Amino acid sequence: MQRNNLRKWSLLLGAAAIVALPMPSWAQLTQYDLETRMGTESHVGNITGHAKDAKADYRRYCVVCHGTLGDGNGESFPWVDPKPRDFQLGVFKCRSTPTGTLPTDQDLFDTIARGLDRSNMPQWSTFTKQERADLVAWVKHFSPRWANEKPGTPITIPPEPEVTAERIKAGRDVFARVQCWKCHGVQGMANGPSASTLTDDLGRPIQPFNFTDGSRPKCGDTDRDIYRIFMTGLDGTPMPSFADNIKPDEAWDLVFYLRTFMSQHSKEKAIAKQLGLKPVDPNAPAGQQ
Amino acid sequence: MSKRYNFAAVLSAVVLICCGALILGQRVNAAGEGKITGTVKLDGPAPHMKGIDMGKDPFCSKAHATDPGHLETYVVGANGGMANVVLYISEGLTAATATPSAVPVFDQKNCMYTPHVLALDVDQKFKVTTSDQTTHNIHPLPNPMTGNIPWNQSQPPGAAAVEKSWKAAEVIPVQCNIHPWMHGWFVVVKGPYATTDSDGAYTISNVPPGSYTVTAWQEAAGTQTQKVTVAAGAAGTANFTFKAK
Repeated sequence: MQRNNLRKWSLLLGAAAIVALPMPSWAQLTQYDLETRMGTESHVGNITGHAKDAKADYRRYCVVCHGTLGDGNGESFPWVDPKPRDFQLGVFKCRSTPTGTLPTDQDLFDTIARGLDRSNMPQWSTFTKQERADLVAWVKHFSPRWANEKPGTPITIPPEPEVTAERIKAGRDVFARVQCWKCHGVQGMANGPSASTLTDDLGRPIQPFNFTDGSRPKCGDTDRDIYRIFMTGLDGTPMPSFADNIKPDEAWDLVFYLRTFMSQHSKEKAIAKQLGLKPVDPNAPAGQQ
Repeated sequence: MSKRYNFAAVLSAVVLICCGALILGQRVNAAGEGKITGTVKLDGPAPHMKGIDMGKDPFCSKAHATDPGHLETYVVGANGGMANVVLYISEGLTAATATPSAVPVFDQKNCMYTPHVLALDVDQKFKVTTSDQTTHNIHPLPNPMTGNIPWNQSQPPGAAAVEKSWKAAEVIPVQCNIHPWMHGWFVVVKGPYATTDSDGAYTISNVPPGSYTVTAWQEAAGTQTQKVTVAAGAAGTANFTFKAK
């Protein structure tokens, strides 16, 4: 009888050890953590999105890249570049909020609809607004950040002024002063002196945006989008926020100057041609052109 | 009836003793804070530190025209003393310590970080400044799962200081993407800490009397721990010797 008891206990202990040993090496987030956040909601305009309602859409359309745990480690991970976003980290490129803060629900909603140019993320315009809002809530439920933090306050973008020759020239001065060309090149061709060494936050090689080859900026191609991109930075990438160093009025000047690089026809491009604007001189001392 | 009185008497006695202990305890703390001192040395010859080619940025290469830049993974003095080692109390702190009010500065100077390693308490404010006539971006890379959130800000010439703090204890690498050789560390710890000087010497001040485990962190050689006892108003000693990896 006693022997039997002993055997029972040692078996139980052994089993407990086998279960307990691998525990520290488990991923930081488990299916259980995700289940507890299934009630996550999103609010876009007057639509309320529910994470639980997006489960089927995510499994059908998103999981192949972003993975069941939302860590960007889906089946297609090895084959796509740029790599799928790791939603668990809660770090996003396209935000209306300052660097180091969470994006708003509207930001995520817009990214799903817009897609990300030059990546495997298409425009998901086939979803209804309700489905997209549900997916936003689903994306949020992967990261513990939303349980502890509120999204940042969106930056204020003043109304767009009239494009003038003076503004384009002033934009060229801003471009020279904050040295956008270090990565983007003096003609916006993504060939600045630091371009070849850039890596993202996870150490993977990444290229600066080439303004001249006809591609669209990843976070939108309206003037307001371009303004927002350099004033908030693209978190997770080398692109920093310039909010502390470019005044709102100067920011519009810079938007107009950047337009002169882009291959699409624009008023800015015509004015630059008329002015005979030369690229900035990378060897001029800082602040002097 | 008498039972109830007994209970009340015992209760008030306990409350009185507790209050007394609290007041006395505070007095002991105020009068007799100790410290932990020591030296951190590297065993064997200092590893060769590779030079840095700053040729892509005229400002940086000009700044280092006479004094070429080199990596700072190991900074070893003449007597083997090692700089940039962070020492902190990893076990034994019983009460929360006040966050230091000092605001240390992390400067970008001649396209290098000064200091190379900045130790901080959780929630302690620090300033990132630039002394350079070239644009930097200051880009710390914490693990967002810890509660520390990565951010990335530009600092063109003459930019105002960026003031920040960290929410959780973590060793955070920091880099400049524009100048890929610029690499430094924010070492965020809970409680009192110290960083070794160029001779490898350090002093952790404001340590309440008690028994502690001190951890020494070096960016490449790793961590070591030692047990130290600090008496009221006195200094405990912990010397460390690392082997280069």
